[in-house]
Amino acid sequence: MINFDIIEEDKQCTIKISGKLTKETIRSIYPKIKRIKEKFFLIAKVDCVGLNSLDYAGALILADLSASFCEKKSSVIVIGMNPNFKRIMLFARKNLRQKSQVVEIKENFFVAPIIKMGKNIVDSIDSFVFFLSFLGESSLQFFRILLTPWKFRYKATAVHIQKSGALALPIVALTSFLVGVVIAFQSAEQLAKFGANIFIVDMVSISMFREIAPLIAAIVIAGRSASSYTAEIGTMKITEEIDAMRSMGFEPIVFLVLPRIFALLIAMPLIVFFADMIGIAGGMLVAKSNLGISYSEFIVRARDVVATKQVLIGLFKAPFFGLLIATIGCFRGFQVTGSTESIGRYTTISVVNAIFWVIVCDALISVVLTEIGI
Amino acid sequence: MSEIVIKVKDVTTKFGKHVVHDKISIDVKEGEIYGILGGSGSGKTTLLREIILLQKFQSGSIEILGKKIGQMSYSDTIWLKKNWSVLFQFGALYSSLNVLENVSIPLIEYTNLPKEVITEIALSKLKMAGLKKEATYLFPSELSGGMKKRAALARALVMDPKILFLDEPTSGLDPVGAENFDILIKEIATLLKLTVVIVTHDLHTIEHVLDRFCIIYDKKILFQGTLDEAKKFKHYAIREFLKFK
Repeated sequence: MINFDIIEEDKQCTIKISGKLTKETIRSIYPKIKRIKEKFFLIAKVDCVGLNSLDYAGALILADLSASFCEKKSSVIVIGMNPNFKRIMLFARKNLRQKSQVVEIKENFFVAPIIKMGKNIVDSIDSFVFFLSFLGESSLQFFRILLTPWKFRYKATAVHIQKSGALALPIVALTSFLVGVVIAFQSAEQLAKFGANIFIVDMVSISMFREIAPLIAAIVIAGRSASSYTAEIGTMKITEEIDAMRSMGFEPIVFLVLPRIFALLIAMPLIVFFADMIGIAGGMLVAKSNLGISYSEFIVRARDVVATKQVLIGLFKAPFFGLLIATIGCFRGFQVTGSTESIGRYTTISVVNAIFWVIVCDALISVVLTEIGI
Repeated sequence: MSEIVIKVKDVTTKFGKHVVHDKISIDVKEGEIYGILGGSGSGKTTLLREIILLQKFQSGSIEILGKKIGQMSYSDTIWLKKNWSVLFQFGALYSSLNVLENVSIPLIEYTNLPKEVITEIALSKLKMAGLKKEATYLFPSELSGGMKKRAALARALVMDPKILFLDEPTSGLDPVGAENFDILIKEIATLLKLTVVIVTHDLHTIEHVLDRFCIIYDKKILFQGTLDEAKKFKHYAIREFLKFK
């Protein structure tokens, strides 16, 4: 395929190239080229008589070689190159750009982590400031809407109630049913030991109404809707749709954010109540099959032990969760910039944030309610 | 006569019931710069996408570098894809890679060249495409539209393709930038002996770069030939399109 012979005589060398010098063959001769590049000759002769194929990569290698000879003030003589190859050579030489000419910003191994930490801190501060301004803008637009309620996007809100609420019901049902079954199963065994079978009703219904169902519903909705809100708004940002809206005087907050927030504010309590019912149904099923408590017994007992406040506490949390999920989802969407990669990054961040803040919010409400004795 | 490298014969394309192309035929000769012209929505880009295997068509045949679309083995398609390259309208640089990596990636995937050589080739192609040194390590999101195009051109050239497809190469560039880009394409095509297929409606490109072109009008090929031939062709659509006085 290729022959690349180097004959060194004192201060002169002859390089004889024959065959094909192309992308496919360069690898085999590259070590030789590297070696000869480091040496010094007064005269370097390049004999290309036998060269019968040369592509741009090959020409570039030769151009680079002759450039490095010239740098060391050796004279380079090329013989026997056909005019066609000469043209490619000249073109390659014209377009030669050595790596040393290009400044690459190299990271210092020891300083890099500190720089990164600093950057992260600055980024989080920026992000927090941006969040405040987002919150401010949203509130401002909300109050404006209160003064001009006919400008509220009712239709979009309805669409989002359907998309993030109604269409989420199957998966919410499945999850809360399974969680209901699991709780009942685990407690059934313990309660049977004490002969306290009937207490499974208290166990399942109170925990379901007060804590489990709202949390499960919120986590499912956070995974489903926070991600889609971020991705939708993020894509619109990249395709400049948001800018287009702004330039036409359509407030993105009014068109995109408020409908989503209100949709979840309205849908979340309904979803939570739905999850309550299905979760308790799961518990009932286990109570019947494992502890022999009939459905009517279960329901009568539940009516006696579950105070209305337990149900209301669960439902009271739901709008907060909805508000958190929608706000975080939209906010992260507005943070997307430039590349498609950042959509993925912010979608992940938004789901993780949403779930985290839902749990924090749940804990806070629990503490507050316990402190005031409810 | 030079050889025909792309032969489109009686191709009909429909999107649902909407007919885009009605039995159109063109042929591109080796080493020429060929233009696919037409108004907005006339299906220029669709035709290009059909040639480069990104879009299916309903009937007819397309033959490229001696291979017929629809009758190719997997290795044939890979061979083809190594021998052509496409400059998409908005560059389509990979957003997770920087400019140098974007240009290097075909070489890394398809050749066994040493890393330094790959970098050297990539840098040289970037210089050839007229991208400033400072942009070498930037990411696509940090580039302007014109720089993206230049980086994408460098990526398109890096494998020394036989055929280069350009989708509206000068759109979104300023007039001077567009003119320079035209000159660059012409220069590269002549020096590297490329066959170039350009989808365009830029009059400067049509006048100064194209050897031959076709005009898609009302789902059919209205005209195929050189600019001088087009000048003699008396059809109001052509005269209007090419803005002949």
